[in-house]
Amino acid sequence: MSSASNPSTQHTSTIGSIGTPSRRNTELALLVFAVVIPIFAYANVGLAINDQVPPGLLSYGLGLALLAGVGHLTVRKFAPYADPLMLPLATLLNGLGLVVIWRLDQSKRLTNYAAAAPRQLMYSAMGVALLVVVLIFLKDHRVLQRYTYISMAGALFLLILPLVPGLGADVYGAKIWIKIPGLGTLQPGEFAKIALAVFFAGYLMVKRDALALASRRFMGLYLPRGRDLGPILVVWVISILVLVFETDLGTSLLFFGMFIIMLYVATERTSWIVFGLLMSAVGAVGVASFEPHIQTRVQAWLNPLREYQLSRAGTKDGILHSEQAMQALWAFGSGGTLGTGLGQGNSDLIGFAANSDFILATFGEELGLAGVMAILVLYGLIVERGVRTALAARDPFGKLLAVGLSGAFALQVFVVAGGVMGLIPLTGMTLPFVAYGGSSVIANWALIGILLRISDTARRPAPAPAPTPDAEMTQVVRPS
Amino acid sequence: MSELTLTVMRLGFLAVLWLFVIVAVQVIRSDLFGTRVTQRGSRREGARPQQAARQAAPPQQRQQAAGGRQRRNAPTKLVVTEGTLTGTTVALQGQTITLGRAHDSTIVLDDDYASSRHARIYPDRDGQWIVEDLGSTNGTYLDRTRLTTPTPIAPGAPVRIGKTVIELRK
Repeated sequence: MSSASNPSTQHTSTIGSIGTPSRRNTELALLVFAVVIPIFAYANVGLAINDQVPPGLLSYGLGLALLAGVGHLTVRKFAPYADPLMLPLATLLNGLGLVVIWRLDQSKRLTNYAAAAPRQLMYSAMGVALLVVVLIFLKDHRVLQRYTYISMAGALFLLILPLVPGLGADVYGAKIWIKIPGLGTLQPGEFAKIALAVFFAGYLMVKRDALALASRRFMGLYLPRGRDLGPILVVWVISILVLVFETDLGTSLLFFGMFIIMLYVATERTSWIVFGLLMSAVGAVGVASFEPHIQTRVQAWLNPLREYQLSRAGTKDGILHSEQAMQALWAFGSGGTLGTGLGQGNSDLIGFAANSDFILATFGEELGLAGVMAILVLYGLIVERGVRTALAARDPFGKLLAVGLSGAFALQVFVVAGGVMGLIPLTGMTLPFVAYGGSSVIANWALIGILLRISDTARRPAPAPAPTPDAEMTQVVRPS
Repeated sequence: MSELTLTVMRLGFLAVLWLFVIVAVQVIRSDLFGTRVTQRGSRREGARPQQAARQAAPPQQRQQAAGGRQRRNAPTKLVVTEGTLTGTTVALQGQTITLGRAHDSTIVLDDDYASSRHARIYPDRDGQWIVEDLGSTNGTYLDRTRLTTPTPIAPGAPVRIGKTVIELRK
C-alpha cells in the first residue's frame, strides 16, 4: 500500500536552468506604451495652454515612435537577448523630457529663447543613432578591455578640454562646456563618464586582488596597504583638480563616486567606501573654503531665500546671487501631491536653465509628488536593470563596466535631483534623457547601448560547456 | 478647455505613468533568472521501457517506506579505503550513492580506470545495501569477484572500482 509500489503516483522532478527567452515582444509592447504616454502628455499640454490639440502632435509622435522603432529593430537584430526594459524606460524618459521642453517653449515668459524641442528631438535622434552604432559595431563588450589605458587618456583629454583657452566656455561660472564653432556647445564630461567607466573596469579587474587581499584588519575595517592607496589618491586628486579648475561639484562628485562604487564592487571591502566618503568630504569642504563659485552655490543651498532677496534687490557685491534655487523649491511646493497639471504651472518663471538644470522643478510643479516619484522610479528601474546585468554578466570586466555605468547614471540623477530639491548644493549637470542638452542625451543613449550589449551577452543562453572529463575515454585494464 | 477635462487628464496622466511603472516591475518579476522545477509524471517512464527497467527500484522512494524498519546492525557510513580519495566517508542515510568520473556523481572518482557512471550503491526495500555495476568498462569487484548483477554488500566487504576501494562500515 506504500506509494512506492504504485507507479502512477511517482513523480521525479528535474531541475534545470530556464532557457532565457529573448523577451523582444515584451520590449515592443512596453515601447508602444512608452511612446503613447508622451503623446498623451503632449496633447494635454496643448489643450491646457492653447485650448487645442497641438498641430505638431503627429510629427512629434511619429518622431518618437520612429526613434523607438529603430532602437527596437536594432536590438532585435543585433542584441536579441538584451534586457527588455532599458530601451522602453529610456524612451519614456526621453519622450517626457521632449514634452516638458516643448511645454516650456510655449511659455509666453520665455520667448527670448529659440525653440528647444525640435533641437532636442534632433539630439535624441543622434543619440539613438549612436546607440545603433554601438550595438552594430560593439559585438562584444570585452573588446573595450583592450582600450583600458587609451580610455583613461581619452577621458582625461575630454576632462581637460573645457580648460583649453579659446575652446572652453565659461557658462555662469562652471567651465564644463566647450564651444565648437558653428555647432554649438558640448559637455565633454558626459562622454568622459563612459570612457572612465571603461578604464576603471579594465584597471580594477586586473588589480582587484591586490586591493582586496593585501590589507590589515583594524577596528572591523580592512585597511589597505599604503602603496595600494595610490590609485584612489590619483583619482581623488584629479577630481579635486576638476573641482578647482572647472568649478563644477557635480562632475567631480560623479567621477570620484563612480570610482568608489567600482572599487567597492571589485574588492568587497567596505573600508573603501569609508575612505571615499571621508576623502570627498575633505576635498569638497577644502575647495569650497576658497573657491568663490562653489561658495555661491553653497550659499544658495544653505540660504536660498536670502539669495533670492539679494538677487531681487539687485545687490551688487561682486557675488552672483541666484534666484533659481528658491524658485525651484517654490515650484515643488506649489505642485503639491498631484501637481497643477501639465502646462498649468508657473515653473517657467525660473527663466534661465528652466528646461535643462531645473527641468525637474517643472515636473515637480505640474505632476506633483506623484509624478516626480514616478520619474525617479523610472530612473531607479534603469539603474536596477544595469545592476541586474552586472549580476548576470559572466565576465568580471562586464560586471564592473555595467556596475560603473549604472552607478554613474544613478549618481548623476542623484546629483541633479538633489541639487534642484535643495538636498545638496546645485551643480551644472543635466538630468539624463529628460533635460535639454545634446551631449547629455547622446552620451546617455550610448551608455544604454553599452549596457544593452553587456546584458545581451549576459542573458544569452550559456555556450556549450567545455569538454568534461566525463567525455574522456576510460582506460581499459589489460591483464598483463 | 474646461476645468473638469484638465483635472481628468492630469489625474489620468499620473495614473498612466504609474501604470507603466507597475507594468515594468511586472516584467522584472517575470524576468528573474533561476531554476525551473519540472514535474515528470511516471507516464514518461512507460514511454521509455528500457529506462523504466532500470528504474524498477527507484531507491529514494523505496527507502522512505523502509525507513521505519531499518535493521539494527545496518551500516551507517561508506569509507574509501584505497585510491586518491582514501579516508573519505559518506554517511548512509537512505540515499543512492553513485560513483564515477561524472561531475554529478556522489563520489567523483579521479581515476582513469573508472567509467563516467561506474556503479551505484542503494538500499533495497529492507534497508539492505546493494551495489550495482552500471555497465562500466573495467567492472566493479566485490572482494575478488566481478559483479554481474546487483549484489548485497556485507559491512566490511571491499568493493573495488578502478584503483579505488570502498567499504561499508557501521
